[in-house]
Amino acid sequence: MEDFLQKTLGWGNFTIFAISAIAMLLISLGFVTYFIYFERKVIGWMQFRIGPNRTGPLGLLQSVADVAKLLMKEDTIPKKADKALFILAPVITYVPSFMVLAVIPYSETLYFTDLNVGLLYYIALSGISTIGIVLGGWASNNKYALLGGMRSAAQMVSYEIPLVISVTGVIMISGSLNLRMIAMGQEGWFWHWNIVPQILGFVIFTIAAIAELNRTPFDLPEAESELISGYHVEYSGFRFAFFMLSEYTYVYAIAALTTVLFLGGWYAPAPFLDFIPGLIWFFAKFAFVVFFLFWIRATLPRIRIDQLMSLGWKWLLPLSLLNLFLTAIYMEIFR
Amino acid sequence: MIRTEELLLNVGPQHPSTHGVFRIIVKIDGEVITEAIPVMGYLHRGTEKLAESLNYTQIIPYTDRMDYVSAMTSNYVLVHAVETMMNLEIPERAQYLRLVVMELQRVASHLVWWGTYLLDIGAMTPFLYAFRDREKIIDMFNELCGARLTYNYMRVGGVKWDAPVGWIDKVREFIPYMRKNLEEFHNLVSGNEIFLARIKGIGKYDAQTAIDYGLSGANLRSAGVKWDLRKDQPYSIYDRFDFDIPVGVNGDCYDRYVIRMEEIRQSLRILEQAMAQFPTDGDIMGKVPRIIRPPEGEVYVRIESPRGEIGCHIVSRGKAEPYRLKFRRPSFVNLQILPKLLVGETMTNLVTILGGIDIVVGEVDA
Repeated sequence: MEDFLQKTLGWGNFTIFAISAIAMLLISLGFVTYFIYFERKVIGWMQFRIGPNRTGPLGLLQSVADVAKLLMKEDTIPKKADKALFILAPVITYVPSFMVLAVIPYSETLYFTDLNVGLLYYIALSGISTIGIVLGGWASNNKYALLGGMRSAAQMVSYEIPLVISVTGVIMISGSLNLRMIAMGQEGWFWHWNIVPQILGFVIFTIAAIAELNRTPFDLPEAESELISGYHVEYSGFRFAFFMLSEYTYVYAIAALTTVLFLGGWYAPAPFLDFIPGLIWFFAKFAFVVFFLFWIRATLPRIRIDQLMSLGWKWLLPLSLLNLFLTAIYMEIFR
Repeated sequence: MIRTEELLLNVGPQHPSTHGVFRIIVKIDGEVITEAIPVMGYLHRGTEKLAESLNYTQIIPYTDRMDYVSAMTSNYVLVHAVETMMNLEIPERAQYLRLVVMELQRVASHLVWWGTYLLDIGAMTPFLYAFRDREKIIDMFNELCGARLTYNYMRVGGVKWDAPVGWIDKVREFIPYMRKNLEEFHNLVSGNEIFLARIKGIGKYDAQTAIDYGLSGANLRSAGVKWDLRKDQPYSIYDRFDFDIPVGVNGDCYDRYVIRMEEIRQSLRILEQAMAQFPTDGDIMGKVPRIIRPPEGEVYVRIESPRGEIGCHIVSRGKAEPYRLKFRRPSFVNLQILPKLLVGETMTNLVTILGGIDIVVGEVDA
């Protein structure tokens, strides 16, 4: 794959790039479809329910049917909405969420780009989505949507910073921003994984990442019981579907990123388990992170906006700085 | 200078956390509420006026629809008022049946409150746990009187239906089951840091304010006033049982939470004692004249419903229909403190405080 990516751009490999981009899009769409299905199933089991079981065998077509419904729905734009921005907002939210998938490596040989600033690219792009959320909230000309958008902006500012600082520890240990390099630095037994020296960083990263994903207990921008559904209250049909899609694509991205940064990427927890392909290990770890997110959602209540702020600024930020400091000491002593 | 403006936000009548069709207009500055104006009456059906043209038995179904989460206690307050006027003797078995259904209802009502309160705060799972256990109670009521929500179970002089064979055993089995699950609820939720941070110190008031506003039930007791009509003015056969009244200290949402959870446990205690004393047979209806005509005069009775003090004031002119009928509905009275509590709180706390008061809109609007 490396030779292929380094070649000069011609019609031949441009076509292949285009095809693989479409393949990636389909994979992420398929993931989102079945992610929602599994989320509903798992949470259903946690709540003594069965979950979807009517559409298709075992309810497997439920999410497909839901998507089809959303696509066929009438597209409504409120009369007093800012039309241009209203249309633009879901696009601005979704496009970065798909773009970040480009830098994620799945195994030693399977990756789509080999960007030297991969992590920076990820963080920079994922911040853009929030602009879409704020725009959507504002352009809807709805008070609840506006409150949701405002919350989202506040949340992003407070959580982007600890998120970035917490991954800086990982960058220091691996000495690279390239996600492939970071993963390759974790080869061997599971105590070589970054989660062991970076346990504090991992905890901060997880909390900040859940906040970035707007999932329970940090789902304030769309707090069902307070703001009805926050920034996307006026959206329907496929525009709404795009907001949902971008949310779940970020779940995919964050789960993959956690796997690469902290859980040893595609490496087996012990060298003698190497006969199982790396791709399977990658997806096993990935699935565990995703399940963890379901689990959190089924267990915890929602945090309040001011508590969210104080958690971000008074706890996560100092702790992530402390983590940076500890990592530097660790580097000085052990390397 | 940035020009800031207050935002007028209309919460309800269709809002997931107003527990029905309650509406509140709030002025918010950012997320902080500066003024709150509740608007009631979306579910007003004129129960009290309608009652004036109905005979006493016909009014009972209307009381079901007032506090539909706790219909048994609403049933009871009406028949209790009529019985007090007429000085009726209630057979033992009917007394026990009434007590058992009222206490089961209290457990069911608090379970609904617990589930929906957690739902308001953003946790979805407890709601389904609570409804699983409430379902058992509802099924028992269904078996007893054929309805799941609007029971129409009590009559002046007794109850309409006797317990079917095996029903009492089901109640007996339910008590340890519910105790076990209550422990599970505490393990699942009561110690959760996020949950505690959300409810501790929120919606605070002192005992004097609570009394001034005429609060009752857990809302009053959370401020430290030990007042429960089951103990202080025993009606029905509550004086035969041994139970405690949980009282709070701070008068915040956390205390109200703890009190309601403890009340479930105390209700189970009462049920356990009632099960031990339950008469094996006997009448379920006392000697009641064919047409119920209370003597001329007035009566006011009050009992402790899960939401607080529910009262019934009847003015009779000796006819089969009441001349005037008035219910003191605890949800309505407790709600009056809401605008005072909301000023200075955030939008999120609106939901927490409103949920903590525990209203049923059917009863607020009647």
